[in-house]
Amino acid sequence: MSDKMTSMQRVLTTLGHKEPDRVPIFLLFTMHGAIELGLPIKEYFTTPRHIAEGQVRLRNKYHNDCLYGFFYAPIEIEAWGGEVIFRDDGPPNSGEPFIKKFDDIKKLTLPLVKHTKCLTKALEAQTLMKQRVADEVPIIGVVMSPFSIPVMQMGFDKYIELLYEHRDLFEHLMKLNEEFCVEWANAQLEAGCTAICYFDPVSSTTIINKELYLQTGYKIAKSTLSKIKGPVATHFAAGRCLSIIDEVAQTGTAVVGVSVLEDIGQIKNACKGKMTVLGNLNGIEMRRWSAQHTESVIKETIAKAGQGGGFILSDNHGEIPFQVSEEVLYNISNSIQKWGVYPLNWIE
Amino acid sequence: MASYKELVAEISQALLSIDKRQAKDILIRALDKYSPIEIVENIITPSLEYIGESWSFGNVSLSQVYMSGKICDDVIKTLLKPKGISKKRHPKMAIAVLEDFHTLGKKIVLSFLETSGYEVIDYGYGITVDSLVEKTIQDQIEIILISILMLPSALSIKEVKKKLKQANFTGKIVVGGAAFNFDNELYKEVGADYMCKNVSEAITVVHRITSCKITKEAY
Repeated sequence: MSDKMTSMQRVLTTLGHKEPDRVPIFLLFTMHGAIELGLPIKEYFTTPRHIAEGQVRLRNKYHNDCLYGFFYAPIEIEAWGGEVIFRDDGPPNSGEPFIKKFDDIKKLTLPLVKHTKCLTKALEAQTLMKQRVADEVPIIGVVMSPFSIPVMQMGFDKYIELLYEHRDLFEHLMKLNEEFCVEWANAQLEAGCTAICYFDPVSSTTIINKELYLQTGYKIAKSTLSKIKGPVATHFAAGRCLSIIDEVAQTGTAVVGVSVLEDIGQIKNACKGKMTVLGNLNGIEMRRWSAQHTESVIKETIAKAGQGGGFILSDNHGEIPFQVSEEVLYNISNSIQKWGVYPLNWIE
Repeated sequence: MASYKELVAEISQALLSIDKRQAKDILIRALDKYSPIEIVENIITPSLEYIGESWSFGNVSLSQVYMSGKICDDVIKTLLKPKGISKKRHPKMAIAVLEDFHTLGKKIVLSFLETSGYEVIDYGYGITVDSLVEKTIQDQIEIILISILMLPSALSIKEVKKKLKQANFTGKIVVGGAAFNFDNELYKEVGADYMCKNVSEAITVVHRITSCKITKEAY
């Protein structure tokens, strides 16, 4: 391995829009730790020790430049009293939405982070991670944006109707969600996380148009991010964001997680000096990548977005699917060691 | 009086602005010249197809697609149906969300297909492989539309296909949802006959299958 910097130095250098020793890589694992520990997914998530151990092992195995302090998307739904459904071959999913009708929004009570078992378990895992890697490796905490979590709280269709037809209740829900989101993000920073990944797919132009984003998701992100006491990466979970990129930069985010549906070179140019680009490997296709194809995708992505720093290689969704094999992951890791070393003189 | 083309443009604009009143006014005017069935086939369906297709190119958002379907659904029920509108003759079809609770895609496809004159049985969401197979066979479904969000649910379609085959199912499996939009080969891997990347493609595929089946039956 030719690495001269620690992962933390590498990531901070790229965030400063300068070239580190090599392109940093964030392999955002949530379930592969279970494979490392030889456990079923549900059992893996029962103990903070499992998560911390899984993350450390995966980092060592694939030269990953972060530990992912994320459990699963519906952990916040669990905190609100909702249902989480586990399966053996994929991420836990949210069950029936707990907001059944619009008026239920008025009756919601805020979960208290430090008194909610599923959340304290995640905080404990993050603290254990911090004890293992100290300041050598960034630990990424995760929150669902106040604007995007209603998809799980009430269902996507009902939420779209709320957005267009019940603005007063929408505002009330956003107020509650923002309060929770800020408390949850700051608790993760206190537990040892270096930065927070703010998942906000509903703000992507795949889901809402720019005009509506400016009235809603943009303002909510700006307000929420201003209260989070650490650096934030905004992730659109494979949704498009090129046409709102200037506004995203104004929300105060340092990093933007982008989709494979958009050209990463174009996004990099639009973000230059303002935000670091995180992305945009296709996790769904990744299952089938040959060694040769993997190398070619990594090379092309680095060629488009790597120069000058301000770039972290990652998948485009924010979670590597459980079905992606060890062999593919090794190929990704080896390709970045081969083609990601700065200066990138091989780019014509 | 405006032509079909002009009316499609006008109503598309109203739908994308989520302006139900404007959409209704346009169709009330159109009723002076065209019959309810002409309006559905030549104005509403092309407009919804245009909106669905525009989403794939990133020119329209999913929330606009959903609200467009909802407005059309409502306008057809309140304005056109009372004036007489007959359903299409077509093979029996059903739709379901396999294994998860993400229902938006299914709702959009269901509403666009119904708006276009198709009758579709709704098997709901969170349905298991066995239950979907059982219902499909029991109801003698000829086109089964399966919507998914997550990759593991998409991969479960393999099992649906296997069990349907064992039960001598001769119909078509049409799939769609997020995981398919990121992998053009996935539908083949799971044994589906067709994959739709947007609701417009769903209408086109269903139309193609039904036209083919109806033609075969006629001979």
